[in-house]
Amino acid sequence: MGAYFKENKDMKKLLLGLAFGPLFALPFAPAALADVGVSPTVWGVRTDKLEYRFGDDEKSLAWELQAWVGNDELRLAFLSEGVKIEGGDFEEMDTQIRLQKPITDFFDGFVGVAASTPDGVPERYYGTLGVTGLAPQWFEVEAAIYVSEYSYIGAEVEYEGLLTNRLILTPSIELSVPLVDDPERGTAAWAPSVELGLRLGYDLIGRSVSPYIGVNYERDFGGTASISRNAGESVEELSGVIGINFNF
Amino acid sequence: MKHTNILRPLAVMLGLALSTAAQAGTYDITVDKIRIDTGTFKKKGIGYNGSQTPTILNFQEGEDVVIRVKNNLRESTSIHWHGLILPFQQDGVPGISFSGIKPGETFTYRFPIEQAGTYWFHSHSKFQEPDGAYGAIVIAPKGGEAVPTQRDYVVQLTDKHPHSGSRIFRNLKGSADYYNRAQRTVQDLIEDAGADGLKAALQNRKMWGAMRMMPTDIEDVQGFTPLINGESTSQNWTGIFKPGEKVRLRLINSSATTYFDVRVPGLKMTVVQADGNDVKPVRVDELRIAVAETYDVIVQPREAKAYSIIGESAGRTAMVRGTLAPSANMVGPFYKMRPKPLLTMADMGGMMSGMDHSGMDMSASDNSEIDMSGFDMSGMDHSGHDMSGMDMSGMDHSGHDMGGMEMSGMDMGGDLPVVPAEGAAGASFYAPGSGLIPTAASSGKFLGYEDLAARKPLYRDRPATREIEIRLTGNMERYIWSIDGVKYEDADPIRLKYGERVRFKFVNETMMAHPMHLHGMWTIIDTGKGAYDPVKHTVSVAPGTTLYTETEVDAPGQWAFHCHLSYHMAGGMFRKVIVEGGPA
Repeated sequence: MGAYFKENKDMKKLLLGLAFGPLFALPFAPAALADVGVSPTVWGVRTDKLEYRFGDDEKSLAWELQAWVGNDELRLAFLSEGVKIEGGDFEEMDTQIRLQKPITDFFDGFVGVAASTPDGVPERYYGTLGVTGLAPQWFEVEAAIYVSEYSYIGAEVEYEGLLTNRLILTPSIELSVPLVDDPERGTAAWAPSVELGLRLGYDLIGRSVSPYIGVNYERDFGGTASISRNAGESVEELSGVIGINFNF
Repeated sequence: MKHTNILRPLAVMLGLALSTAAQAGTYDITVDKIRIDTGTFKKKGIGYNGSQTPTILNFQEGEDVVIRVKNNLRESTSIHWHGLILPFQQDGVPGISFSGIKPGETFTYRFPIEQAGTYWFHSHSKFQEPDGAYGAIVIAPKGGEAVPTQRDYVVQLTDKHPHSGSRIFRNLKGSADYYNRAQRTVQDLIEDAGADGLKAALQNRKMWGAMRMMPTDIEDVQGFTPLINGESTSQNWTGIFKPGEKVRLRLINSSATTYFDVRVPGLKMTVVQADGNDVKPVRVDELRIAVAETYDVIVQPREAKAYSIIGESAGRTAMVRGTLAPSANMVGPFYKMRPKPLLTMADMGGMMSGMDHSGMDMSASDNSEIDMSGFDMSGMDHSGHDMSGMDMSGMDHSGHDMGGMEMSGMDMGGDLPVVPAEGAAGASFYAPGSGLIPTAASSGKFLGYEDLAARKPLYRDRPATREIEIRLTGNMERYIWSIDGVKYEDADPIRLKYGERVRFKFVNETMMAHPMHLHGMWTIIDTGKGAYDPVKHTVSVAPGTTLYTETEVDAPGQWAFHCHLSYHMAGGMFRKVIVEGGPA
């Protein structure tokens, strides 16, 4: 009974994410190419992470997926990000839908809604507002504020280092700073959680299929770290990763 | 595909032909889904008359043609007769000339052939042209060719890609560098550091990185297999000659996005025609054919051996070899591709003016130590302080130090160097110092627009009645293409008056070359030769340059005007031109 319930719950979470998918395609349904010279609606689906993590304490499956549809003026994007412990809970489960619009030559602004629905802790829903784009020296940057009664700021920086035109080393840093205490989720105001990554990928088939290996390191700081320590949990986790990214 | 018109002799006998002196030929073309095999990959595509070998339509000057086009696709199609002067309803652009050819439908084009030369035809619907819908047109002149030859071959180039056109477009919109596999790597950095010193190499990276532009951004779409007449290097298209014969090669570039540098190693090529119009013969070793252009060249192989026709992409990412030989089954030698060129600051001139400086804090990236000596600033000719009208007062070049390169203080807008510029032969139509300036493999003569002179003036030379500025604009990172910053869907048509002579001022504010094609009327490139300026249908405007053309507005109706790079056109670098007045 317990196992059945568990499975059902997992499925509910997955379905919650997937349900957004078809919804967001609706406004662009008549995506047929129009007249000559008229910019057609375009779309893309890609993973930025799809990997197996093997750390000291646990093994898990992690993903970061983005699907988008739109034109030069407006894009609708669906994002899913999560970590599922092998044989266990969804440790992280974030789903986001955003409307994205160019604000400068290199940056888009976006507004959207986000849901954080991991297992074992209360669900959180946010309105989100942020920017994403390409900073000088080719750093891919994203920063957003997630607004609710448990607001936080999230930021990401990524860089693609071309060892060759196909062998690509990607360092990344992801930062999450809660603006208020959220004791039920074990986070403290202004105490950041940081995730560092270094992944070496190879573009096997065009840019469609790119297997990679790397390392991922997560660490809590400040009050958030204290809460973890008090709960007897580790404040840092280093894992090796092996994965494969898709881009269609 | 030409019918032997058995009725014609009968008609002549009956005297019916008295009503018109012109011949009339009927031609049939089917538009089919086909399998394309390039020898390196196979894919589904579109072909005329069921073949990946391009159909050649042979017309006579003065003939009235009837062309029946049967659409066997499951989507609408169209055929545009590229370079032909005809009534606008016959021009084949859906939404402008007509409403297209529906699946299963046969559309009959009828128009008089009022010109001679080498042209081509292609679909103007969706991405059917990159998918394979193109063919050649050869029109024999009334009085015979000005330069007679014993052999006559169409050499039609294309850049066949394993991805469909719509997928390529989608991928480019998702990531503009999707197909750029010639980007600079850590290995290049190490090599450059070895050659120029680590500091210079790093500063060069920093400079380009600050602009978020790539000096390797020459070919949008790489990974294609170039074909000559539907055949790749391994399939080896071959033209037969007897030693000593003159061979006319009708070069046509039907690529989606690729410029080709064409040569026949060991032979001089005499250019006798450009875009269907005869030019005064010029002997060259090599020429660059922009997308949609045609050049007729004559070669005279004297030895009984296999010669190669080499088409090397301008970005040096792909190459094709065809053969000229005294007998079939001979194979011309293959040559190594030359090193890849890099764009320079000269090619960036227009980007500077078009850039959004507000979002770019150059001070934060500490340019005070950028040493400009590490890369080619020759195009900016600081020594003579001749910036061709560019206001560089905001830039402090003292000691080649970009000391606080205040982009905001740089007013480079509007006045890009005008071509033809003073410079080495073959370089006149590029920004001075451009990285795109080609040189012949044989280190001999490379054709430039400045070498082209009309054999006979097509029009009386007269001053233009007015000037229209066409700014070629875009955002490389987002893969957005436009004219005057406005895409086709948001733009008003350009209105011309019948009988006027318009001077177009093309200002290329992007870092890519754009082959601009005006339908229905000729484009006379201002090379400073007056009445003898070359008359073309497509003009390539190099990055960071200003180029002038003139057009006698002698064709009423509405016409398409666009960049002929398929994905720039689809993105919106396109205008409708309406010619008001004139004969109905």
